[in-house]
Amino acid sequence: MSTVVTPRVSGATSATPVKARRSLRDGLRRIAEAAVTPLEVGDVLDVFHPLRAGATLRGRIVAIHPETADAATVVIKPGRDWAGHVPGQYLRVGVDVDGVRLWRTYSLTHGPRPDGCISITVKGIPDGVVSNHLVHRARAGQMIHLGQAEGDFVLPDPMPGKLLLVTAGSGITPVIGMLRNLFSRAVPFEADIVLLHSALSRSEVIFGDELRRYAEEGRLRLVELHTDVHGMLDVADLDEIVPDIEERTTYACGPVGLLDALEEHHTGRGLPLHIERFRTATVVTGEGGTLTFAKSGAVVEADGSTPILDAAESAGVLMPSGCRMGVCFGCVLPLREGAVRDLRNGQLTVAAPGDGVIIQTCISAAAGACDIDN
Amino acid sequence: MTALQKKPENPIAHLTPEDIEQLGVELDAIRQDVIDTRGERDAAYIRKVIGVQRKMELGSRAVLLASAFPPAWIVGTAGLSVAKILENMEIGHNILHGQWDWMRDPKIHSTTWEWDMATPAKQWQHSHNELHHTYTNVIGKDNDLGYGIMRVDEDQPWHPFFLVQPLWNFINACFFEYGIAAYDLELGANIKRKKTKDPEFKARVSQVLKKIRNQATKDYVVHPALSLPTGSFLPTLVANFTANVVRNVWSHSIIMCGHFPEGVETFEKRSIEGESRGEWYVRQMLGSANISGSKAMHIMSGNLSHQIEHHLFPDLPSNRYAEIAPKVKDLFDKYGLNYHAAPFPKQVASAWHKVIRLSLPNGWLATTNAKNAVPQLKMLYKMATGGAKVRRAAQARLNQQARKAAVAQAA
Repeated sequence: MSTVVTPRVSGATSATPVKARRSLRDGLRRIAEAAVTPLEVGDVLDVFHPLRAGATLRGRIVAIHPETADAATVVIKPGRDWAGHVPGQYLRVGVDVDGVRLWRTYSLTHGPRPDGCISITVKGIPDGVVSNHLVHRARAGQMIHLGQAEGDFVLPDPMPGKLLLVTAGSGITPVIGMLRNLFSRAVPFEADIVLLHSALSRSEVIFGDELRRYAEEGRLRLVELHTDVHGMLDVADLDEIVPDIEERTTYACGPVGLLDALEEHHTGRGLPLHIERFRTATVVTGEGGTLTFAKSGAVVEADGSTPILDAAESAGVLMPSGCRMGVCFGCVLPLREGAVRDLRNGQLTVAAPGDGVIIQTCISAAAGACDIDN
Repeated sequence: MTALQKKPENPIAHLTPEDIEQLGVELDAIRQDVIDTRGERDAAYIRKVIGVQRKMELGSRAVLLASAFPPAWIVGTAGLSVAKILENMEIGHNILHGQWDWMRDPKIHSTTWEWDMATPAKQWQHSHNELHHTYTNVIGKDNDLGYGIMRVDEDQPWHPFFLVQPLWNFINACFFEYGIAAYDLELGANIKRKKTKDPEFKARVSQVLKKIRNQATKDYVVHPALSLPTGSFLPTLVANFTANVVRNVWSHSIIMCGHFPEGVETFEKRSIEGESRGEWYVRQMLGSANISGSKAMHIMSGNLSHQIEHHLFPDLPSNRYAEIAPKVKDLFDKYGLNYHAAPFPKQVASAWHKVIRLSLPNGWLATTNAKNAVPQLKMLYKMATGGAKVRRAAQARLNQQARKAAVAQAA
């Protein structure tokens, strides 16, 4: 990235119009704010143009392309403030499923596209609420919420001459983004790429046809391992499959077991390895748990039948409260991470970081370790 | 009204503690049913209402930019009145109750929503959600009974000051948003107890003043100023003022219908000590009244036409109240309780009747007719100007009169 230096101009001539323009814009903004209070100007503009610059980042689903029986690519037109991404990165998406906004993280499966859209490829996991919704029920035209691109699972510049890509299942998603970007460059790309991909069966290989086409075109060497026929990938077999592994930089994405094994193997032999871990939002639930209060730093042990409000107050933590019977929402606090159970009907609420879960502490008991913002 | 505990015929005397417990279980089941089926349809509903309201308000204010033109004034003011009513009742009141918190949408949430009214959301939430909904209709604890400026119970001693309460009620109705702001601040109580210098109170006062300033600037300065090009400054100002008054009077009337019509029960303070969940439910059932009417009535009242259902389940989405009303009514019938529901004109008239009845000494209204009007009025004058002793004596005579009339009617 290069920086452009603008020489400072002496004298007031060019600076004043800019300043005047800025204060006119500020003035207009202030009048607009005064005209719509207590709403924000953004709330009003959202009614007409939710994808405009300055809005909360959202995207409109443009198309859904099925990939396999339980995977689909979702093409999204992001809002104007989408800051772009490097292939291999991921983003958080907020999807309204049955009325509730749930946040998940998916890899971007294209490099920057000429149509300005972005894409994610989602594989429906068993009992997955968001994944199955996106694969089977989402429709073009629907709006979803977005985070900016994140992650450092990206190819370096300059590229290494020899690359080994090891992926399994949905771990192919960040890699396909890298490959599509590499192979669509105007300047032909020279590198020796081996892609070792493991899937449950041939029909479950996401982007299977595309990968085989790349192999046929000689752009990469594709090694497909189908668990139903070949069994799972054993790291010990790597030398046999990839004889020049010592000359390659490895990028890997897949289940925990594979990545841990690869880490052990490569660290042992001093080979360069970059991995991307897909963390599932598993929160261990049970009866009671340790309550941690982020702002006050207090740590309180609570059982599964005592309201969090009572447990915290007994330990001397200052807690907001109201009716103490679940009616008035005067005791609500953000649950940053953890699980609670509603003492009235046993309903479990699980929160992962970024979910935006807010709980009523007077009728909730800990159902696992809880990190509460208080 | 007389507190339920002091009534000669207690409307819940026939219920055993087990009955009340069972009633609680059946109501919990209705609540769980709604929670189990709460989802996309409900989320779509509130988003639609918000979308419609915002477009309606923007459209009306746009029309009012030319409010010097009479048809524009009428259309704009009518539209803005409806928009403000929707914003206040179906949207604001219900979101601030936490009814839509389950969606996890940070913009449609009880912790972040602010509404187009003089009173800041957080202060209102305290006096409404915490106090009114917990202590519903408990005399001395639920100040929504009379808002601290009216006599609401026969056991409250009468004083000539209360003669003016119909006027206070009307003024409160017209300027309701400021009345609520003062009420949420507990202005009267704090002045009486000389706590006006208290830093916490002063902080809240300054919050309220800031909100009032923003609101007033919007409606009475900015939008009239934007109408200057068409020479509509004053007409827009009057239009906005009118819309605010319409919203105030309408919401005040709906709210009065919720707990004030004749026949709605009140409760003694002591009666709620150690109150069980079932008993809390029963108090909500008997302390609330519904307005029967069309779908338009329901949405324009913010579904407070289903005041009973709202008081039983204040945190359930308002669009579900109409659905569960038949099931709730069935429970009333099953347990032999009176489901107080009547059309809007009847409920409003009944509530005003109570305001007027209690502005007068006990029994005065009941025992006065065309024939004895003159002597009755003379007695009233004496009671108002004669001092405490005269009042007591006259009241005793009135009570006797009322008893005789009641016996004669029963015969």
